[in-house]
Amino acid sequence: MHLSVRNIHNVPTKRITKLLIANRGEIACRIIKTARRLQIETVAVYSDVDKDSMHVAMADQAVRVGPAQSAHSYLLKDRIVNAAIKTNSQAIHPGYGFLSENASFAQYCQSNDLIFIGPPPNAIESMGIKSKSKEIMSEAGVPVIEGYHGKDQNSDFLQHEANKIGYPVMIKAIKGGGGKGMKIVSKESEFFENLMSAKRESLSSFGDDSVLIEKYIQQPRHVEVQVFADQHKNCVYLFERDCSVQRRHQKVMEEAPAPRLSESLRQHLGETAVRAAKAVGYEGAGTVEFIFDNTTNMFYFMEMNTRLQVEHPVTEMITGVDLVEWQIKVAEGEQLPLKQNEIKLRGHSVQARIYAEDPYNNFLPAAGNLQYLDYPNVSDDVRVETGVRQGDDVSVHYDPMIAKLVVWSETRSDAFAKLKNNLAAFNIAGLSTNVQFLMSLCAHPELLKGNVHTGFIEQHKNVLLSKYLPNTELISQAVIALILYEENNTISTNINTNDPYSPFATQTGFRVNHNYVQKIKLKHNLCGEIYDVKIEYCGVGSSNSRFNVSFKNKDTEIESNVIGSLDTSSPNRFHLTCVVDGTLYKSNIAFIENSVHLFNKDGKNEFIVILPFDEKTIDSNEQDTGSNSTILAPTQSTVERVNVSLGDDIRIGDPIVVLTAMKMEYVVKAQIEGKIEKILCKEGDSVRKGELLVKIIPIN
Amino acid sequence: MLSSTKILRRYVIFRSCQCSSHFSNGSVLESNIDVNSKEYQENRTAMEILVHNLKKAVSNAVSGGDSKDKLRHTSKGKLQVRDRIDYLLDSGSPFLELSQLAGHDLYKESVPCGGIITGIGRISRKECMIIANDATVKGGSYFPITVKKHLRAQEIASENNLPCIYLVDSGGGYLKKQAEIFPDREHFGRIFFNEAIMSSKNITQIAVVMGSCTAGAAYLPAMADESVIVKKTGTIFLAGPPLVKAATGEIVSSEDLGGAKLHCSVSGVSDHYANDDYHALHITKTIIANLNNNNNKRDIKNNLDVPEPPLYPDEELYGIVGDNLKKNYDVREVISRIVDGSVFSEFKKNYGETLVTGFAKLCGYPIGIIGNNGVLFSESALKGTHFIELCCQRNIPLLFLQNITGFMVGKDAEAGGIAKNGAKMVTAVSCASVPKITVVIGGSYGAGNYGMCGRAYGPRFMYMWPNSRISIMGGEQAAGVLAQIQSDKKIREGKLLTKEEEKMLKDPVIRQFENEGNPFYSSARCWDDGIIDPAQTRQVLAMSLSAIQNSPVQQTKYGIFRM
Repeated sequence: MHLSVRNIHNVPTKRITKLLIANRGEIACRIIKTARRLQIETVAVYSDVDKDSMHVAMADQAVRVGPAQSAHSYLLKDRIVNAAIKTNSQAIHPGYGFLSENASFAQYCQSNDLIFIGPPPNAIESMGIKSKSKEIMSEAGVPVIEGYHGKDQNSDFLQHEANKIGYPVMIKAIKGGGGKGMKIVSKESEFFENLMSAKRESLSSFGDDSVLIEKYIQQPRHVEVQVFADQHKNCVYLFERDCSVQRRHQKVMEEAPAPRLSESLRQHLGETAVRAAKAVGYEGAGTVEFIFDNTTNMFYFMEMNTRLQVEHPVTEMITGVDLVEWQIKVAEGEQLPLKQNEIKLRGHSVQARIYAEDPYNNFLPAAGNLQYLDYPNVSDDVRVETGVRQGDDVSVHYDPMIAKLVVWSETRSDAFAKLKNNLAAFNIAGLSTNVQFLMSLCAHPELLKGNVHTGFIEQHKNVLLSKYLPNTELISQAVIALILYEENNTISTNINTNDPYSPFATQTGFRVNHNYVQKIKLKHNLCGEIYDVKIEYCGVGSSNSRFNVSFKNKDTEIESNVIGSLDTSSPNRFHLTCVVDGTLYKSNIAFIENSVHLFNKDGKNEFIVILPFDEKTIDSNEQDTGSNSTILAPTQSTVERVNVSLGDDIRIGDPIVVLTAMKMEYVVKAQIEGKIEKILCKEGDSVRKGELLVKIIPIN
Repeated sequence: MLSSTKILRRYVIFRSCQCSSHFSNGSVLESNIDVNSKEYQENRTAMEILVHNLKKAVSNAVSGGDSKDKLRHTSKGKLQVRDRIDYLLDSGSPFLELSQLAGHDLYKESVPCGGIITGIGRISRKECMIIANDATVKGGSYFPITVKKHLRAQEIASENNLPCIYLVDSGGGYLKKQAEIFPDREHFGRIFFNEAIMSSKNITQIAVVMGSCTAGAAYLPAMADESVIVKKTGTIFLAGPPLVKAATGEIVSSEDLGGAKLHCSVSGVSDHYANDDYHALHITKTIIANLNNNNNKRDIKNNLDVPEPPLYPDEELYGIVGDNLKKNYDVREVISRIVDGSVFSEFKKNYGETLVTGFAKLCGYPIGIIGNNGVLFSESALKGTHFIELCCQRNIPLLFLQNITGFMVGKDAEAGGIAKNGAKMVTAVSCASVPKITVVIGGSYGAGNYGMCGRAYGPRFMYMWPNSRISIMGGEQAAGVLAQIQSDKKIREGKLLTKEEEKMLKDPVIRQFENEGNPFYSSARCWDDGIIDPAQTRQVLAMSLSAIQNSPVQQTKYGIFRM
């Protein structure tokens, strides 16, 4: 798929033989893959929490750069540069995020004789400041959107500008990206609060609280063009990507090419993007982002990202180009391997970002341990880009992305079908993910028609986030999986005892002259429905065990004959085959603590076993139920600020505590009127999900 | 024709089995049955009816007391006794329940399961004896059969070194029958005697008080190694509130008199305080998990073969055996449907052919099998004696498959010393210290019962098939003997016994023997450890053999063999 062209007439000026990757996670791993193919040695950097992570394991060498917080590790320019010098690396690839769009870092690399794989510092500088980039673009004849991009950051002044543009407006961090520090304000009265919040986020994420204000387009599409320039004034575009499908203003599903775009418009977009890149003397990989208005076919320059994008693989899939390889070659001083007319668009590619997050709880990040992780089989058409393995933590300190699933097919509809099938094979347990949500998303008829815009998820959330009831066969499968799993555990544990084949271990559920009826109480984790299931053992101990399963589903009594067998031949990868009333079902099974996860073509269903007795509930004092008088942490996070003091009177909606998790800010507000009784957290505390933060005495 | 292809298929299976093994444990038994024959079909139908009746009776017994009593029981927050057992057992653990039909048609009162559930199951990966009162049956009070079943379970626990867990929920002795439960050696007091003796042998005794535990029963938890009590429902006292009021005038609630709080924090009669039944059972699991004798089982892994199922389906036993004890069948057809891989290494095959002896594996465990193929002759008895000696020497448990009308009678037999040769076998069976298990698969009559390890010969477990019969002799023989005596008397008086008179004389005797020889009659009185479905024989025996492995090896010393 990837064209590897080394033109003999195209001799590099500076050959890179050792590359330091100033990043972590999937992008570090992805860069290492290409570097390895190009016979380049790789050096990883890591923070303390990342010392055993996948990118460290993959690299030839690795250097510690500091503690978990990125501000003290991955963002420390001198540590990174020193690591490169110490390991005799000639170049630094910054990946995306972290230092990738930091002009002073690029400059610092240059002054240390290190190749920074990215554009020249001044190009980063010009494009990094959004107000400046728009000025440049306007001058180059690239259409831009209305807004205030100036230096005056006075709140009243900004409010005035916003009023001038007209609501809704968008407040954005000038140095921002990825939705951080971005707020949408629909009316004047909400402007101030949002402005403050945007500034705080911007400051904590980028070290700068300057913001810009822009007209907010109601149903815009996010279309971006991949451009590439070398040091010899060549610049090409590699077509566009549509990244309209977003939640929390962050991309979640991207495709290339953009749907419902005419060839002439595609070319026009590409050429405009090349013009934009040339306007700043661009080198390397860059992305020119446009707001695209579906109804008018008008597009406006939004910003230029001077780095490799998270969604770059979809471009690779439709062009057959390895963008990292191109980056390295360009950095080495080579000419671009292909001319514009040699770049061909082929088929359609979609990428889904798999996040550790809870779609049913406003997509809040859900850090935790990946207790079970299984991928679809990869091929030329199916790529899995990830930086984690089973057993790894998705840390609260960094982006909660688990993996990217990228597929390619001849047509757009085939590509989405392929994406859905492969998402079904993405089996994750141990933390909440958006896999099921992504599956609903890529099967949504409006999406399949190409009717995408940035508000798509919000518009269709009732369908996309419906809490479905499980099929009745799933209940049977879940209980049988549990029984067979326990049987397998008992047998395999017993094999190491003095009496390895004891029938007390193997004759599961045997009763003399009658059938054992086991009772299992299950809760479907998503819909919360509870099932009291009775399982009668009608013959066990062979490879196919027979059961009668009965339970009440709503008001109907369900009774099924079930024959089940659990393939446990590969450790931790269990395959259940179940015949329920004559119909065969297959699923993959994961057992995590007290829950059973079933993965099949329709995605995942998690059932929690409700034990009749739980040791934890005994002798413990009255549990806090999280009533309105208690303020609980909504997710694992760090306390940014406590807005109240002991004895303060508060009203409904007052911000009580500000938390940050995964670099996002959450304001926890009062649900009731009252007086602050207790404050159990302080600034800088790391808090678990559900931890009690503040207690309020309600006023009746 | 179908059956011959079936047999051919089996032949292929056993050939491949033999080829894959480097050394042979014996040869695969060939089955010569014709599943399409009229006899097979008739037998099968007859046995199906017997098994159906058995399961129906068991189904009634295991459902316990009537619904009113059950509702009263659960309304107190108590679990049903079988739910208690299910939760106490390791998830999925089998339960080798004993004497389900104890008390069946025994009293005018209905006492399902004798009011007490006993059996062996796994708790915290350890085989344990569970003895659990069913309070929905006459308040869990002890009938004579309840006492007998309780004592038998203790005996099994004692012989096989199994920790005992008593789930106590009983009003004590059934007063109307106090004379049959209190004074004698094998009566109520023996329960506590056994507790003390087992504890002295380091056989753990745990009592879980989940209901009342009054008077004598109070000693159950008091004598246990550790005891658990459930708040509100569990009480222990020597005399309940009514008796206290009558005796001293003191008015006290049962909770204050002997509840969980009092016994766990003041009296020290109980050690663990539980909020409810589940909590109590959970504590019990923890106690067993911490016994520090998880290797109580003999280390037998080096002597074990990987268990293989028999080559032939166990349901075929129905068609082979049937319900007519007069019809003979080859006991090897039974053996081949019980033992691993249907492999049997026969000993002295061509000598004393009415007794079949040989070695096999069952669920991996080595066993020596003695089965009947007809009446016992002197040679058969000598062969049996020899084989028992071999098993004792080699420490191989014995399995008796009993289907015996008795030892041969008549002039030749007596002259051949059948009495002394039979005695040799009885001596060997009596003295054999290896564990013995008996399954009555047909008739169990007269001295044949002795030679084939009847109840009196201390088998660790004894089961009956639903087609079996057990009595001093066959009903018709007994009636014949009585008729003969009467006829002789008439002749001395110069009269003749008419056909009608003979019938009048014989019929009640035949009826009596038919009734008393029935396995239901036997099991109701705990003369055995339960009637089992022939198709479950292998599984029941496997668990029995597993339980046996908890007890240490004992040396055998024989008495005098009359030569």
